[in-house]
Amino acid sequence: MNTAVTGTATGQESWLALFAERERELANECPWWVHGLRRTALARFAEIGFPTTKIEEWRYTNLAPLTRTVFTAARRPTGHEQLPETWLDGLDAIVVRTVNGYPISGLTQRGLAIRSLRQAWQEQPELVQNHLARYASFDRHAFVALNTAFCEDGLLVEIAPGAVLDKPVLLLHHLTPGGETVASHPRVLVLAGANSQANIVEAWLGPDSAVYLRNSVTELVTGEGAVLEYVRLEMEGDQAYHFGAFHARHGRSSTLAVHTILLGGNLVRSEVGVVLDGEGASATLNGLYLAKGRQHMDNYTTLDHARPHATSLELYKGLLDGHSEAVFHGRIIVRPEAQKTDTIQRNKNLLLSRDAVINTKPQLEIYADDVRCTHGATVGQVDADAVFYLRSRGIGHQEARRLLTLAFAQEITDRVQPPALREHLAEELLKRLDDPVGVTP
Amino acid sequence: MLEIRNLHAKAGEKVILRGVNLKVGAGEVHAIMGPNGSGKSTLAQVIAGRDLYEVTEGEVLYEGRNLLELSPEERAREGIFLAFQYPVEIPGVSNLYFLRTALNAIRKHRGLEELDVMDFMELVRERVKLLGMNEALLERPVNEGFSGGEKKRNEILQMAVLEPRLAILDETDSGLDIDALKAVAAGINAMRSPERAMIVVTHYQRLLEYVEPDFVHVMADGRIVRSGDKELARELERQGYAWLEEEAALAQENRS
Repeated sequence: MNTAVTGTATGQESWLALFAERERELANECPWWVHGLRRTALARFAEIGFPTTKIEEWRYTNLAPLTRTVFTAARRPTGHEQLPETWLDGLDAIVVRTVNGYPISGLTQRGLAIRSLRQAWQEQPELVQNHLARYASFDRHAFVALNTAFCEDGLLVEIAPGAVLDKPVLLLHHLTPGGETVASHPRVLVLAGANSQANIVEAWLGPDSAVYLRNSVTELVTGEGAVLEYVRLEMEGDQAYHFGAFHARHGRSSTLAVHTILLGGNLVRSEVGVVLDGEGASATLNGLYLAKGRQHMDNYTTLDHARPHATSLELYKGLLDGHSEAVFHGRIIVRPEAQKTDTIQRNKNLLLSRDAVINTKPQLEIYADDVRCTHGATVGQVDADAVFYLRSRGIGHQEARRLLTLAFAQEITDRVQPPALREHLAEELLKRLDDPVGVTP
Repeated sequence: MLEIRNLHAKAGEKVILRGVNLKVGAGEVHAIMGPNGSGKSTLAQVIAGRDLYEVTEGEVLYEGRNLLELSPEERAREGIFLAFQYPVEIPGVSNLYFLRTALNAIRKHRGLEELDVMDFMELVRERVKLLGMNEALLERPVNEGFSGGEKKRNEILQMAVLEPRLAILDETDSGLDIDALKAVAAGINAMRSPERAMIVVTHYQRLLEYVEPDFVHVMADGRIVRSGDKELARELERQGYAWLEEEAALAQENRS
């Protein structure tokens, strides 16, 4: 899609002012090239502004309320923040946390190093310079541009070539607004070496009843033959704006599965972009979004087949209740060189109320001739025959609907790694479905 | 146990039941036969509480209570079970989980303790053996990818686990090969008891060779037109349903 990028004139000023304020504080703190990168990104943001619904990729997501909001920078943690405990804390995993985008812990162990970006760009500037902002382009992306402009810190996750991690890595992004309307821009760079094997879970947790913007960008590079399971779990507070971009470049014969689970937030946009840049690469994109009340959830995915003999499999499923609205926009690009590409894209939606709305849009751009690309979208309601079948066995009406709704979601949750996540996710879904707010009885 | 009086029901604008009368006592097995479209399956579904059908006249008493006031799940908890003609596939819900949820809903209603997984498995394994079912089907999603015979056995398994007081078997014999038919019949016979009543809805006499009914009723054009003992089933097998259709045509003329 080569839509001309035109932005709104509004909304930029407050960000430019905020940037100037941060610059005074940071001027001497980061290397010149980081500084340059940030300034370039800001300049780009100033030029394009926030997208409007006139832009095809943003047609169903109105950012007007966001652009009218003036945000302050989320503060660097002092170490005295009260972080909420969730079931995620009980997972048997290697846990690293950020608060307001700033890492509060790191670790090094055999085959795995997790450092703050700030530390890394001092210690190994070339390594960071070679990868940071190379995969998540801010050229046409206001949010990626803002994230890059406000990139003061973040996480660098390095998995050594050949390393096989025996535990999942859990990256927990916390947010503490401290009574202000804050914006936080977490940044993560993951470098998975050749033939490494890892399972990463990245989760965003935030408090209810606070308006904030979480604008997260994650970049991932997989080396040849690497096998990666990546879970993105969005559990923001109920008033949150969440923008999450995940961009991966994915090498020869490597296997990548990205599972995106959207549960919280008020206005949520999730972008997953994978460039299959090696022969025989295989990518799986799974998605599950549960929207209720007045939640708005927008999924934008791009699978870019740049080399031959690669396969991709995409399945996004939506549960929509109340007056919620969701979007699935799935782009598949098959470059001229990418012969023997095999892709399947599916989007399935279950409407739990009459007032929920789903906009689903597959977009296939195929420039090679010897390929197999299939796609399809469905929108339906809970199967009345199945409900009656369950009720005729003594299972109550509500319980029957719950069971069937959960079963619909399980096609996604059952694929999530590690398996220990699955039951928790099912419980989390049930909890949210049972919460009377925004659910149709 | 069950008393149906002058029951009329329609689906949308289409009148299907036109005055059904039937009395079923504890310990009895009743067969309801009749040609396609005579209303047999509708009668079964109305007793189970399917909301596709609207009862326009008459009443159904179950153990002295007005059955039509109860929701489908309340009926099931009170001991009514319908073995579906077309069991529904439910992807994503395992057969075991489904059965345990159902059994515990019923036990809870009866003031019994819910069964834990161990006790439940013991019960299910025993019933599975009785039906000659493949135990692997328990782990699979409900009816998904089951063969016709497996689906019907799964219905009987549910009946055997839930132990209803009144079981209605809707064309449970259709589409079964002889081995599956015998296994299903064995399951039904094992469930016969002085406290339990059964209504076997069938198009053919085949199942009745293995499950001997106490009473046989013939439905046509939305009502029971003849009742008798098992001899009636044999007579139907010999004569077919053609004579009924003639009678029904006459009845239709009389109506109009």
